[in-house]
Amino acid sequence: MKCQRCSDKDATVHLKEVSGGELREIHLCESCANEKGFHLVIEHNKLSIASQFIWMAENLYPESSGKVGAVQCSGCGMRYSQFSRAGRVGCEACYDAFQPQLQKILVRVHGATRHKGRTPGSLGDAATAVETAAPPGPRISDLREKLRRAIQNEEYESAATIRDQIRELERETGRPEEDA
Amino acid sequence: MIPILDMVTGPVGWLSGDAPSADRVLSTRVRMARNAKGVRFVGKALPAELESLREQIAERLMETEAFADGHFVKLAELPILDRQFLLERHLVSHDLTGDAGARGLVLAPDEKCSVLLNEEDHVRIQAMAPGLQLKASFEAAREIDQSLEEKIDYAVHDELGYITACPTNIGTGMRASILIHLPALVLSQRIKKILTGIQQVGLTVRGFYGEGSEVVGNFFQISNQVTLGETEEETLTKLERIVEQLVDWEEKAQEVLLRDAQLQVEDKILRALGTLKYSRLLGSQEMIGLLSAVRFAHTLGLRNVPPIPVLNDLLLRCQPAHLQRRAGKEMTSEERNAFRAHTVQEALGVQDVPSREG
Ligand SMILES: [Zn+2]
Ligand SMILES: [Zn+2]
Repeated sequence: MKCQRCSDKDATVHLKEVSGGELREIHLCESCANEKGFHLVIEHNKLSIASQFIWMAENLYPESSGKVGAVQCSGCGMRYSQFSRAGRVGCEACYDAFQPQLQKILVRVHGATRHKGRTPGSLGDAATAVETAAPPGPRISDLREKLRRAIQNEEYESAATIRDQIRELERETGRPEEDA
Repeated sequence: MIPILDMVTGPVGWLSGDAPSADRVLSTRVRMARNAKGVRFVGKALPAELESLREQIAERLMETEAFADGHFVKLAELPILDRQFLLERHLVSHDLTGDAGARGLVLAPDEKCSVLLNEEDHVRIQAMAPGLQLKASFEAAREIDQSLEEKIDYAVHDELGYITACPTNIGTGMRASILIHLPALVLSQRIKKILTGIQQVGLTVRGFYGEGSEVVGNFFQISNQVTLGETEEETLTKLERIVEQLVDWEEKAQEVLLRDAQLQVEDKILRALGTLKYSRLLGSQEMIGLLSAVRFAHTLGLRNVPPIPVLNDLLLRCQPAHLQRRAGKEMTSEERNAFRAHTVQEALGVQDVPSREG
């Protein structure tokens, strides 16, 4: 099968996405998939036929070129454009250097921007698990729970609706910090 | 040169089949990604930095109970075939570049616990167990994590938790997965719908084997996608609930199959067993499909079926690098298929395969 984007190389990356209750299949070659910003997904999905739900849409890194792409981490020298290609940061300081962009990615991948689990030395008690008022956290997780229940009951139509709400919410929460 | 690997050729502890729900859930794995504070990540660090970090961590690990009689391997010192072998045992990840750099592996004798060093992250702790044992696997990984924590300052961010090279792992750094066999749901063609649903609650589904393989033999690997904004317990509980749900659906689908098509299903199973016992060339994918069918016989309550640990072990041992290491030479795909057929017959105790010798 040829890549749907360049129609040149063989499609080796097969993704499926549920959209509006319908299953859409995407077949790309490795380099087009990378360019499209699918590599974060692919990494955990290399062999996957069984398909993974893609929280990250096609415009994963809309600003990976130009001004934003030139942003550089003072800790390791990595530029945002490099990260955008490799999908890996160079050091812990990158998370601060690329904060506004990474924020959006985190929301798309995790539906959250704040850690809730253990930290070194903690035994994972309530102290570290305090609910924060961070905007994406609670509501998205509520919706996720609703979604889980809908799927459990095989109510796929309402599941699709809830899924869309989650996406919408993610889109909203992903935007505000654009020029931080 | 590397006698260490010769010691890890037997069955793996995490496929022993002796565990809760082991007829349907083959194994559980919990992985934790950690990085050392102040050391750049693998793509940006100097080789010497990573090597010294590797020695320091390996030394620390070898002092712990979990790795008391364990092994420490530098991957660059291994031939490609041996690295492939470790990949097949789920001990290292895919290595696209082929450059092992400063990578290292610390391994417990039963292979249930291991730590991969300087791969994508400085530290990847892994705990595996047979059957459905998410909490126990988590505790095992957590224990290793704690013993490292005492010696090494981890890279931790106030808001983001454990820092990882890839944003998909940040937060808890924890990826929990289970390998489950769902033949009845596949046969009844409900699986697609169900898996699509699973993926919508932030879980990932893939096949048993690494590279380029389709989901074959009705084996599915299900893991959490989300690592940020959920506690470890929440993630584990969510996964466990989904697995219980899947088992429940699978049982119901199985009842329907038995009611409507018992003879047809049993016929398929017996034919699969026949092919495993009597063939000359057995492809990898074909074998997995046949083993899946025979495994199904157990959950359907048939007797006189090869035991689950034997079936599990074949899944592991009949992978390409395993076959070639055992044969002690590189093999073409046809040679492997022949050796695979032979290995299966040996494991199933088939004595009367027609042959040209003796
Ligand atoms: Zn292409
Ligand atoms: Zn950096």
